[in-house]
Amino acid sequence: MLQRLRERTSATDVIMWLIGAALMTLIVWGSTATLIKGTYSARHWIDFVIFGLAQGSIYALIAMGYTMVYGVLRMINFAHSEVFMSGPYTAYYFAAYFYQSGLLESHPVISLILVFLVSMATSTLIAFLLERIAYRPLRTAPRLVPLITAIGASFFLQYMFRGFFGSGFQAYPVIKALEGQWLVGPMRILKFQALVIAAAALLMVALYQFVQRTRIGRAIRSVSEDKDASALMGIDVDRMISMTFIIGGAAAGAAGVLYAIMFKQVHFFMGFIPGIKAFTAAVLGGIGNIPGAMLGGIFLGLVESVGPSLFLDGLGIVAPYQLKDAIAFTMLVLVLIFRPTGILGERLAVKKA
Amino acid sequence: MGLIGGVSLVILALVGIVEAFNERQIIADVISMGHTLLLLTAVFVAYLTAARSRDLGAGRSLGNVLLAGLIMTGMLAALVLIGQALNLRQVFINASPTLYQMLIFHQESLGVGILLLLGSGLLMGFLTSLLHSAPVPLRRVLIIVLISLVIGALLQDLLQPIFGLWDPLTTIGEWVFETSGLSVHGAITLAVLVAAFAALWDRYSQTVRTQIRSLPSERQRNLKWGSIIVGLLVLLVLPNLLGIFLSEVLTIIGLYVLLGLGLNIVVGFAGLLDLGYVAFFAIGSYTVAILTSPEIGSYQIGFWQALPVAIVFGTLAGALLGIPVLKMRGDYLAITTLGFGEIIRILVLSDVLRPWLGGAQGIARIPKASLFGFEFSGPQEIYYLLIAGCFLVGFVSWRLRDSRLGRAWMAMREDEDVAQAMGINLVSTKLLAFATGAGFSALSGAIFATKLGSVYPHSFNVMISINILCLIIVGGMGSMPGVIVGAIALVGMPELLREFAEYRLLIYGAALVAMMLLRPEGLWPEAMRKRELHEG
Repeated sequence: MLQRLRERTSATDVIMWLIGAALMTLIVWGSTATLIKGTYSARHWIDFVIFGLAQGSIYALIAMGYTMVYGVLRMINFAHSEVFMSGPYTAYYFAAYFYQSGLLESHPVISLILVFLVSMATSTLIAFLLERIAYRPLRTAPRLVPLITAIGASFFLQYMFRGFFGSGFQAYPVIKALEGQWLVGPMRILKFQALVIAAAALLMVALYQFVQRTRIGRAIRSVSEDKDASALMGIDVDRMISMTFIIGGAAAGAAGVLYAIMFKQVHFFMGFIPGIKAFTAAVLGGIGNIPGAMLGGIFLGLVESVGPSLFLDGLGIVAPYQLKDAIAFTMLVLVLIFRPTGILGERLAVKKA
Repeated sequence: MGLIGGVSLVILALVGIVEAFNERQIIADVISMGHTLLLLTAVFVAYLTAARSRDLGAGRSLGNVLLAGLIMTGMLAALVLIGQALNLRQVFINASPTLYQMLIFHQESLGVGILLLLGSGLLMGFLTSLLHSAPVPLRRVLIIVLISLVIGALLQDLLQPIFGLWDPLTTIGEWVFETSGLSVHGAITLAVLVAAFAALWDRYSQTVRTQIRSLPSERQRNLKWGSIIVGLLVLLVLPNLLGIFLSEVLTIIGLYVLLGLGLNIVVGFAGLLDLGYVAFFAIGSYTVAILTSPEIGSYQIGFWQALPVAIVFGTLAGALLGIPVLKMRGDYLAITTLGFGEIIRILVLSDVLRPWLGGAQGIARIPKASLFGFEFSGPQEIYYLLIAGCFLVGFVSWRLRDSRLGRAWMAMREDEDVAQAMGINLVSTKLLAFATGAGFSALSGAIFATKLGSVYPHSFNVMISINILCLIIVGGMGSMPGVIVGAIALVGMPELLREFAEYRLLIYGAALVAMMLLRPEGLWPEAMRKRELHEG
């Protein structure tokens, strides 16, 4: 028995498990230390959790795009973060215009909806063109080729928008109606956080229903199972792949406006970090798995917002918030190493990636 | 086709690249770089249209091309008209009056300008379709002439100091170039010379080659060695010829060649897409910085003692970071290594490690390297350090490529499962690839540290990894001359053309996509890889 175990584990496995165990101990140790010290009250924790939920639901929306594209094409759409950026950046000019003309104050709902629509339309258009121009001709090329194309497209889009709109930060106008907070029992929720969570939840449910219930959704799912068989069943595979990019683009565009509402500024480079994090979320939930991406996004948002104070503070690390991004990346690396199928991980393993 | 071309022209105009290039004259007072860029794009699109509608017969093909030209310029004209009516500037910062002025050829009245624009579209379409239907040798000569005119004008800054060396050359230089751009008579002479040369080359290159081949092998070898030695001599005296500024450009190119050769092993030979490559560059720099700078730590040893330590550290880090990613392939590997690179940068930047790594301020006062009393201080001296490094790395990777290990890497690149079935130990092969690449990267990091005299975490962002990846791919994956070509094209050109600098990544991105779509094997491909990509 012992001998068989020895045969099956190699030196690298042992090293990996040691790394894993060490990290777990660090996390547990840090968390207990923080809790015993009691630097943060329950109030703080609730704030962290709500912030994490809001941020996580944005990640979840972006992650949908990654996961669906991976599902149908088995490739990581590196340029998805730029699809995410393009929407709110374009919509910024509409928001600023509404702000100037006072529409934002008198009819906040209408103008917000308009901003959403513009953003979603732009992102959708970019995603659609991206697939059409950059990815479609390469569908049968070797694996590395579309990946490199995606990286190139990503930079091209970033700097195209920089050229269009300039390289500075643009401050999103503050929406009066979303200032302030609500008190729900002992909790207080900032209004814009509530809006972000609610809108994201609504969109996610809608998208999920779309993919599950409608004819197009079924066709997309069948394409992601098996392209050839779907083609034999009379599904227009090219059209369905375009549809996937369109849906992912729309979700990213909506997520972009939510992101802009939360962080109040847009920039041509703003897509990079949320993009990687959303990808992490998609991997966390098991890439190719839509509910998984949603769960993964929310989980990542929570860990990122609670994590630094919870387990880094306890370790006596100064200024733990600087390491917020490092946590996300570490999580990405850990998940990819230890459980590449993700938390829900049922479908695709990393075969032939 | 016309629509696509029109949209890309409008995008080019709005991105601001046209206006930025307008400063640079190709032929003084006749045509500027901005116009040339638009023109070349338009010609390219029109040419594609012509190629696509070849089967339709001459008349309809001509019609299609003319239509495409009209649509393209029409969209530009529409842009001008809209821009005159509305103020686009609030949104598109580059939609400025200068741009419109330029698009209508600085005409006083709008109507004449727009007519001129449309007319030039038609003319361009007509000429392009003539070009397309011209016989092959003539077409090639014409294209070569066009390209060399543009390149000749662009390289003016580079040629200037060389002209200054010798009096007759100076007169030639003054005759061909004006203060900015080629002079009209210079351009015509250049065009004629290039055309003659290209035509002659077309006719005689084959005979020259056969003549060389028919020489006795002794003479052939002498010829080969002779040209190598001449090349080496040119490399050695280059910094003194070119002056400080161009030497600085050369050192930057050299640095990227060094980095590129390292990444070429990981990506090109072994097929492992590593986006966190800059991490090892950082490790090399920081090791040297900590060991030699008096600001941090108490070591203060010389550069030559710190260099091997840096390389060993880099190699070890490469192997260590390689272990967790052993089982990953393709996309996942790329993302994980990207994550690693970012983690290292964030850690270095944070306050946690500040006492050891200097935080956001970095580490300064790194001493210069010196050898036998020769101090590598300015760019002209660092150049030799880099040349030595490049030769070392180039030699090692050349020998590695043909070794058993190199063949194992390539087998792994083609198909991991089959390679494993053939008895290749995937674990050690992959780790060796990561470690070798990381070692080279650490070497260039070390040189980088003494070159700048200080290290900052901001020098090591993910852009560097992407730049290196771009130059490898543009040059041709797995090809060592390709790395050099790629470095010159992607790193050298933007340094020389200051207007490019701002649009560098835009061009990189476009170049990557275009490269993958049109010529996936790169500019100077490795023979085997080219065959693979074109057989399917």
